[in-house]
Amino acid sequence: MNTATTANGHANPHGDGHYSGLMRWLTTTNHKDIGTMYLTFSLIMFFVGGAMILAVRAELFAPGLQLMQPEFFNQLIGIHALVMIFAALMPAATGFANWMIPLMIGAPDMALPRLNNWGFWLLPPAAILLTMPFFLALFGIGDGALATGWTFYAPLSVQGGMGVDFAILAVHILGISSIMGSINIIVTIFNMRAPGMTMMKLPLFAWGWLITAFLLLATLPVLAGAVTMLLTDRHFGTHFFDAAGGGDPILFQHLFWFFGHPEVYILLLPVWGLMPHVLATFSRKPTYGYTAQVYAFIAIGLLSVVVWAHHFFTAGLPVPALIYFMFSTMAISIPLAVLFFCWIATMWKGSMSFETPMLFAVGFIVLFGIAGLTGLILADVAADAQYHHSYFVVAHFHYALFAGGIMGVMTGVYYWLPKWTGHMYSEKLGKLHFWLTVISFNLTFMPQFFLGLAGMPRRIPDYALQFAEFNAISTVGAMILGFSQLLFAWNIWSCVRGGPKAEARVWEGAEGLEWELSSPPPHHSWETQPVIK
Amino acid sequence: MMRTLPHSRTFGSSCAAARRRSLRCLIPAGTALLPAIAEAEMRFNFPEPVTPIARETLHIHNEFMLIITLLFVVVFAIMIYSMIKHRKSVGHAAVKFTGPTGALQWFWALIPFAILLFIDFVLMGIPAVQAIISMEDTKTRADMVLKVTGMQWKWQYEYPEAGIKFISTMSTPRAQIANAEAKGEHYLLEVDKPVVLPVGKKVRILLTSTDVIHTWWVPQFGVKRDAIPGFLRETWVLIEKPGIYRGQCAELCGKDHGFMPVVVHAVPEPEYLAWLEQQKAEAVAAAGSADRAWSRDELVAEGRTVYDKVCVACHQAEGQGLPPVFPALAGSKIVNGPLLDMNGRIIPDSHVDRVFNGKAGTAMQAFRDTLSDVELAAVITYERNSFGNKLGDMIQPAQIKALRQEAK
Repeated sequence: MNTATTANGHANPHGDGHYSGLMRWLTTTNHKDIGTMYLTFSLIMFFVGGAMILAVRAELFAPGLQLMQPEFFNQLIGIHALVMIFAALMPAATGFANWMIPLMIGAPDMALPRLNNWGFWLLPPAAILLTMPFFLALFGIGDGALATGWTFYAPLSVQGGMGVDFAILAVHILGISSIMGSINIIVTIFNMRAPGMTMMKLPLFAWGWLITAFLLLATLPVLAGAVTMLLTDRHFGTHFFDAAGGGDPILFQHLFWFFGHPEVYILLLPVWGLMPHVLATFSRKPTYGYTAQVYAFIAIGLLSVVVWAHHFFTAGLPVPALIYFMFSTMAISIPLAVLFFCWIATMWKGSMSFETPMLFAVGFIVLFGIAGLTGLILADVAADAQYHHSYFVVAHFHYALFAGGIMGVMTGVYYWLPKWTGHMYSEKLGKLHFWLTVISFNLTFMPQFFLGLAGMPRRIPDYALQFAEFNAISTVGAMILGFSQLLFAWNIWSCVRGGPKAEARVWEGAEGLEWELSSPPPHHSWETQPVIK
Repeated sequence: MMRTLPHSRTFGSSCAAARRRSLRCLIPAGTALLPAIAEAEMRFNFPEPVTPIARETLHIHNEFMLIITLLFVVVFAIMIYSMIKHRKSVGHAAVKFTGPTGALQWFWALIPFAILLFIDFVLMGIPAVQAIISMEDTKTRADMVLKVTGMQWKWQYEYPEAGIKFISTMSTPRAQIANAEAKGEHYLLEVDKPVVLPVGKKVRILLTSTDVIHTWWVPQFGVKRDAIPGFLRETWVLIEKPGIYRGQCAELCGKDHGFMPVVVHAVPEPEYLAWLEQQKAEAVAAAGSADRAWSRDELVAEGRTVYDKVCVACHQAEGQGLPPVFPALAGSKIVNGPLLDMNGRIIPDSHVDRVFNGKAGTAMQAFRDTLSDVELAAVITYERNSFGNKLGDMIQPAQIKALRQEAK
């Protein structure tokens, strides 16, 4: 077998008696194929979720209702969030893990390849469930998609139409898929590391993902429980969230955010794991503070499950609870500051060059810094009373999840794309994409901070006249931001199709097992595990 | 005070007056954007605070903004310095350190975290705890109570000591929202009946909701609190300056979440007391009018006013509804069913039952507690004799009063 693959190697990637064409992708158990499918799915859903929010921003360009009615507006904002979180960001991170963790730790594949295949193929049905109510409504069936925002708050979600049921089932399926992915990653990292690779020699990307995987296992079942309780409240006469039957609507918020807050770190930890690799590569200097970063990941993971109530300070919690959740939330700034410190210290006195991945990494650090600092003041209960439910919060979490999450993913894509495809992408287009993204991102979301401070609530389809200017600017920014992403898709597509040949060690300063293999790596890699000294 | 920006007003009206379709509206607006930015009085901070809490919040906010701006500038100045000096293109060779070595380096590496701890738990933490305690102290020396009930999509205000309650709904005409009319100065932030409060008095505000979660927010008061169905939440305000203060519902509460403003008139105490007396007199008059016999035309006329205020958001101007979520009243089986049973009692799932008791699990709420006898009788009679429904019957306020007592 060993000789067969080395002989056939890349030239005949599925020369091992497997299917070709569509059946190859349906039945594949290869971590690289599955990684590619995750990433492709994620890119498609990124555009689906993006199109939804461009429609929303178009409506918000000027006061008055121009393009849509409030019911439809409410559906778009909620499904935009669910699509971006569950169908764009999470699958992108899982795609990275599938592709890179075996290469980085010297494993021949993921530990549970069939589970891996199933985990991916659960995603398309879930995405269809999530968006189908939009299309059913066109045929007069039901009243459209989930219109409660992505948070499903009861009792609004108890009152909602069948879009809520579709979304609940979609969340169940997405949750099962993520749990499978997490189990696979944990088992792979614990059991399949190359001989000599101790846990404290594990690449930081794998460490970040390991913490993410544990957080998913800890919190997704709680979300599944919460939405199941919602389902039984809707259809089977229970009263978990109905005061008239002895329930409590705030119980739902506790359950939801027990998942929802760690979810933020679930999305960000893989990116934080990736950053030191990129910064070290382009600074041509070893990672600063490896051990400190590992402990920071663990600390953030632990803290993330004990701070959830800061998402609903205005719901009227008792004073001791307010003080506890405020201080525990502020405590997260310490491990996060460790990460920032290590990132900048990695760059310090390096020999830097600024290829596209490095540009995105630096952009990520600065903009994610804004998210972190505004997060610190949002933790303050008294000030939060003004920020909460306003556009200030919208701006804050887009700095965290677009600049932090999505730009982090773009960093990874540009960094590893030559490794995956064997071709260099266009550096010129990549840089153009970076500058357009960064400038239009700030044009979109910086005004939203001011809108929030001036008193504009989030999730409203129409607004008072004093909010008009900032909204118009934000919409212009969003349109540029949205359409610049076509450059990203085009750059990836052309890189897959061809381009200058990439070497095994694509970047001058790249260190690690993944760069020992050819670009693209053979279909089956590390059949003989390397030994780490 | 919330001001309307002169430029946005002319932009809105010129656009709407032309009654252009949306896309054509966007193009001139887009070209008008640059001068708009130049002229606009953009607001970069909280509106002027008028309560002790809002003042404290603004103070905390400004202090935090200063701190985080400083942190941002210092940290990224270091990074940018490094990005300029330590480049390959200027020939900087990479050094190889991977962590602090020696006591001095450890000291410098730990200093930033000590500073951050101090900022978190002392500089920010101590004022924050003070602010929380004063924000949550609703009971000490409260002068009066105001009960606020959120309902889809309006607010009900109740003065328990005076025995007055009324509903406050948005008064911006739907035509302005649809861009068919020029938008007014207080577009979306105006109501038919504002809540009136005395200045200089500590008002304890109790909040609840009849359907879903709403959030009562007036930015200038620095107060934002959820109204949760089945529970009471509380907060307080002490308004220091007379004026008209505007805010909005801040929690997504369904279709018309964007259209349930809060307007508070803060007036000097004598003026407030006079207003209170007038409200009491009106309530007595209204109670008296419930006992007299009303003609059908009177009821229909009164009913139209109630309908346009309370029912129109869902059931729409012509009673056509927005199926499948909000059913039509025109030709509805329920509306066109019998009024009461032979003993004058409510028939389950009949028109009167729906209006009285609502329908569980939908936006149709029980109006028994929110509308007066006259209003209930009028709106039921109106619905049975409008939108092509020609039942010709009516229900008297006195009958409603009797049904209410029976229910007790």
